[in-house]
Formats: sequence, C-alpha cells, structure tokens
Amino acid sequence: MGQQVAMTGNIAVANAMRQINPDVCAAYPITPSTEIMQQFSNFVADGDVKTVLVPAESEHSAMSACIGAAAAGGRVMTATSSQGMALMWEMLYIAAGNRLPIVLAMSNRALSAPLNIHGDTSDAMGARDSGWIQFFSENAQEAYDNLIQAIRIAEHMDVRLPAMVGMDGFIISHSIESMTLLDDQAVQDFIGDCITHMPLLDVDNPKTFGPLDLQDYYIEHKRQEYEAMKNAKGVIVEVAKEFTELSGREYGLFEAYALDDAEIAIVALNSAAGTIKTVIDELRSTGVRAGLLKPRVFRPFPAEEIAEALSHVKAVCVMDRADGVNGTGGPLFPEFRSALYDAPKRPLIINRIFGLGGRDLGLHHVRDVYGELQKIAGTGKIETLAGYITVRN
Amino acid sequence: MSKLTLKELSKKEELLTGGHRLCAGCGASIVVRQVLLAAEDPVIVTCATGCLEVATTIYPYTAWKVPFLHSAFENSAATASGIEAMYQSLRRQGKIDRKIKFIAFGGDGGTYDIGLQSLSGALERGHDFTYICYDNGAYMNTGIQRSSATPLGAATTTSPAGKVVPGKMQPRKNLTMIAEAHGIPYLAQASPSKPQDLMRKVRKALATEGPSFLNIISPCNRGWRSALDGAIREAQLAVDTCFWPLYEVENGKLKMTYKPKAKKPIQEWLKIQGRFKHLFKPENSWLIEKTQEQIDQDWDALLVRNETEQKVPAIPKKGRK
Repeated sequence: MGQQVAMTGNIAVANAMRQINPDVCAAYPITPSTEIMQQFSNFVADGDVKTVLVPAESEHSAMSACIGAAAAGGRVMTATSSQGMALMWEMLYIAAGNRLPIVLAMSNRALSAPLNIHGDTSDAMGARDSGWIQFFSENAQEAYDNLIQAIRIAEHMDVRLPAMVGMDGFIISHSIESMTLLDDQAVQDFIGDCITHMPLLDVDNPKTFGPLDLQDYYIEHKRQEYEAMKNAKGVIVEVAKEFTELSGREYGLFEAYALDDAEIAIVALNSAAGTIKTVIDELRSTGVRAGLLKPRVFRPFPAEEIAEALSHVKAVCVMDRADGVNGTGGPLFPEFRSALYDAPKRPLIINRIFGLGGRDLGLHHVRDVYGELQKIAGTGKIETLAGYITVRN
Repeated sequence: MSKLTLKELSKKEELLTGGHRLCAGCGASIVVRQVLLAAEDPVIVTCATGCLEVATTIYPYTAWKVPFLHSAFENSAATASGIEAMYQSLRRQGKIDRKIKFIAFGGDGGTYDIGLQSLSGALERGHDFTYICYDNGAYMNTGIQRSSATPLGAATTTSPAGKVVPGKMQPRKNLTMIAEAHGIPYLAQASPSKPQDLMRKVRKALATEGPSFLNIISPCNRGWRSALDGAIREAQLAVDTCFWPLYEVENGKLKMTYKPKAKKPIQEWLKIQGRFKHLFKPENSWLIEKTQEQIDQDWDALLVRNETEQKVPAIPKKGRK
C-alpha cells in the first residue's frame, strides 16, 4: 500500500494536508514554510480539496481565523515558521485555552535578530508553554506521518488540544527525499470525520466562548488543560499503534536508537538525529556503545518514559538547536536533566547548543560529542556543563 | 430584507439579556441591543476584548443569547472571518443549509488602533460579515486612555489636561472613510439616539452580500465625565452639532440619512462633558475653534458628496461569492 515518491518536506506536508482535506486553512507566507501553503493553494485552485482558504494579512490574523473557524466547528489547519510563529504567540495560547484542535505544520526556523531564515527550533521553543502538542520530525516521511496522526490526537475527546508538527527548515523542508505517501482513501479512513464539540454554528444552542474567567474559575480551566496534555501521552501511543497497522512505520513518544545497551547517548530533535545515527553506526562497529534518544513529542513531555530509557546510560549530551539564553544551556536541557532527577541511577548530563541559524552539524561534530561523553563516562567528571559547538571561537 | 416596524420589534426577544455588568447608563449595551433587535436571521457574534466583552461574559455567566466568541483584543474581524470561512465551507459541502449572519464588535481601541490591520484584511478578503465599531472615543476598559478616536482636546488618563498640554493635541482619525477606501458594498455611521435609523442600517448591512461596516457613537459617562442618564442626549447632540454625521455609503454612493434643521455649535456638546471642561478656559479657546472648523469642513464636504453622488447611478459592489 502507498506510493513511493521523491518529495521535499514542504511538499510532503502539503500532500498530507491535501489528503486530510481540512474544511478551512488560514495562513500567511513565511520562509521556509511558504511552499506548504503555495502547494496547498494549488490543490484548492484545482478543486482537489474542499477547503476554504483564508489568505490572512498576518500570522496573527491567520491564527485568529483558525480559532474562529475551529470554534465554528470543523477541521482547521495552518502552517508557519519563525517570526510567523512569534507573531501568532498570543493566539497560540488562546487556541489551546479554548481547547480547539487546530493542526499547524511548522518548518522550524531561527528567530530574529540577527535575521536568519534557516533551520533551528527557536520558533517551536518559544511556543513550548502555550498548551500545544509539539511533534518533531527527522525527515519528510516523519513530518507527513506526524501531521496525519496529529489530526486524530488533537480531536480526541480526552485531549482537545491544538498540535504543531515541526521539521527543520530548508534541511528537510527544501530537500528532496524518498518517502511513501499513503492512499488518499486510507488517510481519510484513518482520520475519520471531524469530531466537533459545541460548535458555534449550532445557532439553536448558543454558547459563549472565551469569557472573562477570574480567580473563581481560571485555575480550574488551566487544570483541565494540564489533564488534557497528560491524556495526550496515552492517545499519542494509541494512535501510533493504529498508524503502524496502516503504514508499517513505528512511532512512539520518542525513538530510542541503539539505546538499550548504550553507555553514552545523545538527545536531539529533528534532522540532527539522522547525522547522529550515522555516527552511532560507525562507533558501534568499533565497539563503542553509543546511542540516541530522539524525542518525537516535546509536549506532552514524557518524563517518566525518558527517565526509564536513559537511566542506565553513563553519560548523556542533550543537544539543543535553540538557546533559551538563560546562561546555563538550551531549552531541552533542564527538562531532560530534571526528568532523571528521581531515577535511582542517573547519567552525568551535559548540554551542547549547536546549529543555530542553520549552521551545519557535521559528522565530526557528533564524533567530538561522543568522544567527550566517553571521557565523562570514564572519569565521572564533567568539565563543561553547557556550551556551544559548531561555532567559531 | 423586510421593513422595520415597532410592532415587530416589540415582540422580539432581547438577545443581550439584562444583568450584565456594564455601567449604568453605558451606551454600548444600548447599541448592541438595537443591533441584535434589527437582525432577522440568526447571528454569530465575535467581540474584541474590552468593556463590552468583559462585562457581558463573566464566567460562568453570559448575557449573550446568540453564539459568541471572544478571542483577543486586536482580532475581532479576523476571528469573525474564520467563522464565516467555516460556514462557507460547510455550506458548500452541503453540511449546513441555515442562513446565518456574522457580526464582529469592537470598541474604538480595538478597531481604530490595535485591530485596524485585522479589520482591513477581513474587509479586503470580502468575507460576508458586518463589523460594528462602538466608538466611545478612548480605551475605557483599561481606564480612559486616549485612542486615535479621541477627539481633539479631550482629557484622558494618557492625554490629561495639564498646565502645559491641554488634553489630546491631535484630531481624531476618520475610520469610516478608511473603511470606505476598501471599496466595500455598504458602510454607515449611526447613533443610538436615532434607533430606527441605526436598526435600518444594521438590517441593510446584514442583508449586504460581502463585508459591511458600521461606526456607531457610544457615549461613556465614565470616560466622558458626563451624566449617568445622558447617553442618548449626548449621542443626539453629537449628531446635531454635526460632530457625528449620520450617513451611509452604498455601492460607493454617499447618502446623508439625517440632517439637523440647524447645526448646533460644538460648544453645546463639549460643555456637557467633563473631559472638555478645560477647553472653556480662555487660553484654550483655540481648541474649540479648531474643532468647529474641522467639523464645518467635514460637514460641507459631506453635503457636497450627498448632493452629487445621489444624482449618479450606483455601480453595485459585491463581496466574495
């Protein structure tokens, strides 16, 4: 089943959107995700989809229109990157707080300043506390697969949260890769009809969305969002199982590559995982027990599962393609380190910030990181807790 | 679109119920009640953050008997455009066959200032909706800060009348004319002191295919420092002094819908509002003169347009299909 194709990440994502066939898409162009909506606009213009397109005058309005459309009752999608995500920021919280299952495709890109159009995850990290489910994808196939699964997860009645699906800008969004598209009908059967809840268009049963919610109720509503995010963990695994039956491709909360017996391991999102896997294969052939944990979701954050997967490792490097500029490491670092705090045995953990603004991560960089981890594992001592690599000094 | 009759209106259900927490004497709730009374088909409402929104939807209560969505401050129009897009999509797919209309409310802060881009985008895209600005001339919800709708010379908390600066030093922006520049099929200015005129305009706006825009003056006794029971009187004086002309522009043709028998001097409107009190000091009289000059100039221009445009045939403008 399915069709073997050669596609860029953006075109793969646009095809997932075509097969999902949402009722409304509202978006605004921004590099490098522009191509997604460009390609999708062709599908609209050719009548391949039933979607009504709202070519908004900003990302803020695009997300506002998504919120209106989703509250009206129906399937809603959008795409963005970088500054676009930053301009949406206010509305991301409102989409999640109103429990609207909007799905957003994201070609991850660095944030200004300085202005840079290339791939890093600063944009997604800026939205990590917004209440959105966050997926990350190593390649075009994963971006495509994650987007389709995200529809089911977001609309699930135990979840009802928006979801964003990331892939590295340019590195994946603009590179042609071999991948498999599912049959159109198979995608439709998998996602099923849109599950709406109290739609505004049900004018006979008027509802008020977005009320003023003060000290007497706000915290209960935020608590519900928290519970929904906790529920998402189980739903993500459940939907992944079904997806495996359909596609033969396996997904979980994260991918553990050569991790079971690993003594040293790296944690990294998105396309860097591909480079890291190549180095792991190389090191394994020389007897070095190197492994990788590639998070598929950062929200929800699967702390217990991560602790279980990493606690036997001697030394771990959490690699961040974003910097929270707190002076002690990138945004993944404190969460992964904290996940291991209660583990009976825990690794020594360092953080390396790399590849900002699309700076290439070479095999030699990864070899150096594993080399340092070997040293840490041997001596039990960390020299530099957090720092930059792939950088001129 | 059917004709408005008092008999019909008297039988209609109030769609904004009493018991909401807008101030006594607030103009906004009077405007909204008149708007909803005029609607014939079911409506879905969006509203910008502001007095109207916070005072009518204090969880777990709501004053709205129509579907209502508030998302943020600057995006009532964009939010409404999304609802309308979903409606068009589901209609085209045969999933919905009801006739539904869409109204986006915003105050002057949410419309003239922070929401101008969102409004402009939605008007340009041609969504079939009606945007209604209730203009009370300042950010009243946050405590009377100046907006670009605040009249020249008015004292607000961010344009106070001080020893050196006598209130707001800039004239207000003409938002209605900015809306007109979008080439939309229908727009109008209205006042709650002329309810039948207001409701007729609402009905026309809702019946219009494509985007329509209404700018409605909405007295605020807290911000205007005026009488608790003065809203309608103040709105009517704004009309009679020609500060707030009542007109509509249909398919590009302007028509005045009310001409006061004799234009009253602007002092009559200014003197009943505490926000203009300082203008009556001798050293500030130039601000009153300047205000009167601007009003005269704008009014004369409207008279000319009214005269000439009513003579030429209208070219229908339509929204997106």
